[in-house]
Amino acid sequence: MRWIWIDKFIEFNSGSNAVAIKNITMAEEHLHDNFPGFPIMPECLMIEAMAQTAGILVGQARNYKEKVILAKINKAVFFNYVRPGDTIKIHAKIESITDEAASTTGKITRNDPAATSSAAASETIAEIDLMFSHIDQNLAGKKFPKENFVFTDLVGIVLRASGIPAPAPESSK
Amino acid sequence: MAMTRDQILQEVQGVLIDALGVDEDEVGPDATLMADLGAESIDFLDIVFRLEKAFGIKIPREELFPAENVLSNKEYVSNGKLTAKGLEELKKRMPHTDFSEFANDPNVNKIGDLFTVDVLVNYVDSKINSAG
Repeated sequence: MRWIWIDKFIEFNSGSNAVAIKNITMAEEHLHDNFPGFPIMPECLMIEAMAQTAGILVGQARNYKEKVILAKINKAVFFNYVRPGDTIKIHAKIESITDEAASTTGKITRNDPAATSSAAASETIAEIDLMFSHIDQNLAGKKFPKENFVFTDLVGIVLRASGIPAPAPESSK
Repeated sequence: MAMTRDQILQEVQGVLIDALGVDEDEVGPDATLMADLGAESIDFLDIVFRLEKAFGIKIPREELFPAENVLSNKEYVSNGKLTAKGLEELKKRMPHTDFSEFANDPNVNKIGDLFTVDVLVNYVDSKINSAG
């Protein structure tokens, strides 16, 4: 399994807000355990999708100077299931950003292609507000494992495909 | 934008209830942020962001929570306690705080107890009412 929960950015306003999309497919292994016979996207992974979207927005706002890590989930409320065949839109907005931290608000929506009116077309699936911490790789001489950070190589691939400035690829050390 | 102390207290309590997930009856003026309300360092950042938003002010973090700068200076700390110089420096940076009890035993581990709901109210009060 690859740890990337967004497929593409469809909107990106540096320092302000962004919208990413994710397609949910039956080919995702974990769906067959969650739950057997009734596949739905786990809410924790929706939070991770938001963390990746908002984390990239926050990191890019400061030219990826520091590492961005998810520090606090201020709010995560879910209103409906997400199933294979759905495409979800992850909307993230920066509320505050400083040298040490950033706070974001956001929602996840789903378009219903079968909807007959525009009112029914976009449904809010979740509201997720997060706080991120900015750290330098060598905070107090500590080295942090690669997995802690939002900016993996996969994220770089998604960004470049979406035409957005990406952090430089990790050079082999 | 002059606010009364009571109005400020209410707003500050609202911020703490949201940021820390505590109940209304827990955020009395004497409640300490860390010991009573369970705030951690990331919560302090969250509180600063929310206070800025609620009151429309800018809060440099070292102004409200200067302890970290003081603690990292060797002149100010000795054997787990603040030196006289350290205590003076902290008092200077935190004019909105009551040091009478802390001064009796300036143990570094007890610095967290200085941060009460009242301290936040004092700080916001001085910030918005001096700007007028």
